[in-house]
Amino acid sequence: MSVLIDKNTRLLVQGLTGREGMFHARQAAAYGTTVVGGVTPGKGGTTHEGWPVFDTVAQAVRETGANASVIFVPPAFAADAIMEAAAARLPLTVCITEGIPTLDMMRALDFLQDTTTRLVGPNCPGLISPGKAKAGIIPGHICREGSVGIVSRSGTLTYEAIHQLTRLGLGQTTCIGIGGDPLIGTTFIDALRLFAADPETEAIVLIGEIGGTAEDEAATFIREHFRKPVVGFIAGQTAPPGRRMGHAGAIIAGGKGTAAEKMAALAGAGVRVVKSPADIGSAISASLGRA
Amino acid sequence: MKIHEYQAKAILARYGVPVPRGDVAFSASEAGDAARRLGGRVVVKAQIHAGARGKGGGVKVAPDAEEAERIARGMIGMHLVTHQTGPEGRLVARVLVEEALQMTRELYLGLAIDRAIARPVMMASSAGGVEIEKVAEVTPELIVKEPIHPGAGFSAFQARNLAFGIGLEAALVGKATKLMASLYDAFRATDASLVEINPLVVTAGGDLLALDAKMNFDDSAIFRHPDLRELRDLGEEDPLEIEASKFSLNYIRLDGTIGCMVNGAGLAMATMDIIKLAGGEPANFLDVGGGANAEQIRNAFRILMSDKHVRAVLINIFGGILRCDVLAEGVVAAVRELGVTVPIVIRMEGTNVERGKEMLRSSGLNFTTADTMSEAAERVVVLVGAGS
Repeated sequence: MSVLIDKNTRLLVQGLTGREGMFHARQAAAYGTTVVGGVTPGKGGTTHEGWPVFDTVAQAVRETGANASVIFVPPAFAADAIMEAAAARLPLTVCITEGIPTLDMMRALDFLQDTTTRLVGPNCPGLISPGKAKAGIIPGHICREGSVGIVSRSGTLTYEAIHQLTRLGLGQTTCIGIGGDPLIGTTFIDALRLFAADPETEAIVLIGEIGGTAEDEAATFIREHFRKPVVGFIAGQTAPPGRRMGHAGAIIAGGKGTAAEKMAALAGAGVRVVKSPADIGSAISASLGRA
Repeated sequence: MKIHEYQAKAILARYGVPVPRGDVAFSASEAGDAARRLGGRVVVKAQIHAGARGKGGGVKVAPDAEEAERIARGMIGMHLVTHQTGPEGRLVARVLVEEALQMTRELYLGLAIDRAIARPVMMASSAGGVEIEKVAEVTPELIVKEPIHPGAGFSAFQARNLAFGIGLEAALVGKATKLMASLYDAFRATDASLVEINPLVVTAGGDLLALDAKMNFDDSAIFRHPDLRELRDLGEEDPLEIEASKFSLNYIRLDGTIGCMVNGAGLAMATMDIIKLAGGEPANFLDVGGGANAEQIRNAFRILMSDKHVRAVLINIFGGILRCDVLAEGVVAAVRELGVTVPIVIRMEGTNVERGKEMLRSSGLNFTTADTMSEAAERVVVLVGAGS
């Protein structure tokens, strides 16, 4: 099985007619995802590469029966796009956009609380259920169907982890990039809950980074509630304090949010924490008794 | 984005936060003039983007304009070292000259985004004038917090909770309520990520005043605040980082000898980490972004090689969509054009990786390739060792 997306996903692309939107819509369709159409305000009624385009998400959902969307909309308009997806009652929306103002995101998250929509991201690579469907930009060819769940704040580092697993013959149920921003929708804990309920997911890779306390909260959750083996890696062990390391959320502020404290919290919760990013695959292998 | 204290005070004053009278000065004579205008005793404060200035000699009281001028002469041009600047300190290019005030209490007031609850939180403390992180560690009970609802905004009852919570006398609570509301207005209107008034003082005359002020802004929101963008002080930034930002390259200079070029922030941090594990020291963080093309690679190389401490380069690219042959072409062209002589280790993964490797091999240039991150890190550390 998989979580969040599968063969029943009917994907809508918000920002379909943009360069990124169109490129990744094609990639998703080529991977076998059912892409049902797109939304670009002002271009409703047109067709792009066979996909119908709508002016509003509500209209698109009515006409296509979409049950998920992926957002490739510029940062100034992306929070609005997230709220539009939620207002149209899409169960899932995945926001790839990087650089959304924090206060915009705060309002969007508040808006989401009154809806049943799950947001993944923003500033994330999205998600993929190998062999079934993808919503986002994770390259399909590095993945393989299997029993490992991945949840990560990073993009390319997630690809690295997937690649290591696939090379070892360890496939994945679903890979979820939750995003590198300070304010995000789906958290580590949300993802862990989904994986806990998925009988096919046997082990989890959790990739965190400096900044914030999400990994510490995940550690508490794992210690108290989570029974599947978890391998953890925290990026930024050598990052200087007070500097924002690429991701808006990756900053050690006031001495808090260091890799060392997150690694200690995870290790204390029984997570197999690897110091080297090169050891993620082999640690999963060992956790599953396949070393 | 960070700004100076005097700039933060000007913004806060615009939203109704009371601040001392004062002027910025870029020279000793300007400082003397400012002191004369203010009359009487003044405080001369070095303006750098770092805190704890007082302990390093960056805040001094002058009884008159002549003394203010003399102090400013010593301060402007000095490298002010505080525990937030690093040992090399920061060059002081401007000072704030402000009226000296009699005060009876020093308090703390701050506003920041709490990531865990996705809301701004207003924080107040009776322990002002010291670093709030220290207060939080030693006497957390002295900090009172109020999370702010994004829709409802900051309410008067929350201000009262904070004001009474830090033991303000009833006569001052009205003033504090107004000041906090102004602070929240300023925070929201400017897309700030942090506002701190430390200390917020009670003057001998019974007024509340922002004696110091710090404002940081959300880089992602600067596009809608052209006026704030004007306040950026390039003198506070590393020249190479400024250069990199012109090309949308995310570069942070560090102390080591191994230059890194990576796509993606997480992978870039992980690459630094694995270099360190292999016994080397990264010279920088550099994320060339997801859509790196030949032009970006060349700019990145130029910036990496401008750091004279770099003795080897590690390129780690996980091309999800980026093709490895395109990357290899960019690297070969950049190395030829810039005449790069230090050893280069390349680890790349993704579409057309074999063709990319072949292009590197047949270029006749001195590249070392590696299949995994750990292999790449080990090789580059050996090469740096061999060159020293």
